[in-house]
Amino acid sequence: MSKQTQPAQAAISVSNLNKTYENGFKALDDVSLEVKSGEIFALLGPNGAGKTTLISTICGIVRPSNGSIKVNGFDNAKDYRKARQCVGLVPQELTTDAFETVWRAVNFSRGLFGKKPNDAYLEQLLKDLSLWDKRDSQIRRLSGGMKRRVLIAKALSHEPEVLFLDEPTAGVDVELRKSMWALVGKLRERGVTIVLTTHYIEEAEEMADRIGIISHGKVILTEDKTKLMKKLGKKELVLELQSPLKKLPKGMGKLDLRLEDDGNRIVYTYESAKEENGVASLLDSLRDEGIRCKDFNTRESSLEDIFVTLVKEK
Amino acid sequence: MNIRGIASIYKFEMARMRRTLGQSLISPVISTVLYFIVFGSAIGSRISDIDGVNYGAFIVPGLMMLTMLSQSTGNASFGIYFPRFSGTIYEILSAPLSSLEIVLGYVGAAATKAMIIGIVVLATAGFFVPLEIQHPFIMMFFLVMTCITFSLLGFIIGIWADGFEKLQIIPLLVITPLTFLGGSFYSINMLPDFWQKVSLLNPVVYLVSGFRWSFYEHSDVSIMTSVTMIMVFMLVCLAIIGVIFKTGYRLKN
Repeated sequence: MSKQTQPAQAAISVSNLNKTYENGFKALDDVSLEVKSGEIFALLGPNGAGKTTLISTICGIVRPSNGSIKVNGFDNAKDYRKARQCVGLVPQELTTDAFETVWRAVNFSRGLFGKKPNDAYLEQLLKDLSLWDKRDSQIRRLSGGMKRRVLIAKALSHEPEVLFLDEPTAGVDVELRKSMWALVGKLRERGVTIVLTTHYIEEAEEMADRIGIISHGKVILTEDKTKLMKKLGKKELVLELQSPLKKLPKGMGKLDLRLEDDGNRIVYTYESAKEENGVASLLDSLRDEGIRCKDFNTRESSLEDIFVTLVKEK
Repeated sequence: MNIRGIASIYKFEMARMRRTLGQSLISPVISTVLYFIVFGSAIGSRISDIDGVNYGAFIVPGLMMLTMLSQSTGNASFGIYFPRFSGTIYEILSAPLSSLEIVLGYVGAAATKAMIIGIVVLATAGFFVPLEIQHPFIMMFFLVMTCITFSLLGFIIGIWADGFEKLQIIPLLVITPLTFLGGSFYSINMLPDFWQKVSLLNPVVYLVSGFRWSFYEHSDVSIMTSVTMIMVFMLVCLAIIGVIFKTGYRLKN
């Protein structure tokens, strides 16, 4: 990868970015965001939240109403050539030049970014994406998954330092999704900063270093993924009872408990990050009330649960 | 300047011409042959010389102009409209290319194609009528300027159009009638006074007239007027494209 990065700078820095479309729809509302160099940043949000508008604005496809964007320290308005040279974009839609061959399409993309031809690099890129055998095929003759990989190859053809993946695995099968995850892993090892939007929250959970959540054009949270799951994650203790309860004893009312499975199961929800989580009190109460358990297990809330809760709250 | 970027767009567009060689090259040649059979041999044999020029030879500049105008506008409008339609325009807009560089790529390719086709039409005409070009450099000047100017117009149409129907509206309803009525097949001096004056409102008259002058030193308006008009038309197109890129009209939301 070519290195134009200035030291100690965020790969992407967005400040007070607003975008209001001509029809009055406010797609971005005072968005400020930083993506660190070399990290995988997952941008999550419901449909119409502003994810694609944000990415398109950073890439120069959509004009912001106001605010500033820097890529590797280069202002994307004043120094747009340098800023854009750093960026590769894989769009959400399968927008390809149907009649072009794979080889010509990637060469075209590389040329657009002003890069010298480099057949060896492009050959390796196509091999990495299992497209080398299809290099002389017209893109329209490829499967949906292969077209998606062509878009990735085009985005990587000019050796960008920052890669935007807008819903990269939408509509692709499990096998291809996993191969894309592996590719993203490889890119991270090479130091490429990756910004990912996805509907598959498990994908973000699997790959991302940090999570940003956007809703109604506002970034409502950015957080390290592990910290986020620790901070906002909840845990459930599920107790299978020896004999069913009609209702919870009054003495246990202080705890966040619920009865399930016709009284055969007590579920206790608690915040996993808290030191004093109430499990000891629950066990004491069970003993005092003479309730006996035959089995128990615990389950943790996923990133998806956290995401749904946060978006609902906002 | 991103020369490689411009070259990429240019080569990409020229490759489309090669892919659709029949459509791009053979159909204008066939049309020209048909024009010569109908106007040159069938009807033209019964029409007397115009200003001392055989009728078949007289229509060659107009016929070239007709082909070049439609090819320039058609190629340039399709060239920029298709990526907008298919969505691949995202790549052009996100590349480190200035507005001028994008225009140079698309308009350069469209103008080149139109020039090639114009020259092919000229060569085809040579099989039917004796050709003489009195001022070859001025002929090339008009050929190049016309192709560039109408490719710029095509580029504007390709940005303005929001459907394939609109791509056809201006070429079919404006450019073709103006070309036919612009003295492609006759001298406007052959018209009654009133229609001669009306014809002078048609910008294509100046192009055909100047182009024909380069062949036979015969023109309906002075050569300098023709040169000025083509320059003015080009500047107007450039100004409109400047506004398009400044405002992001139909390119950047």
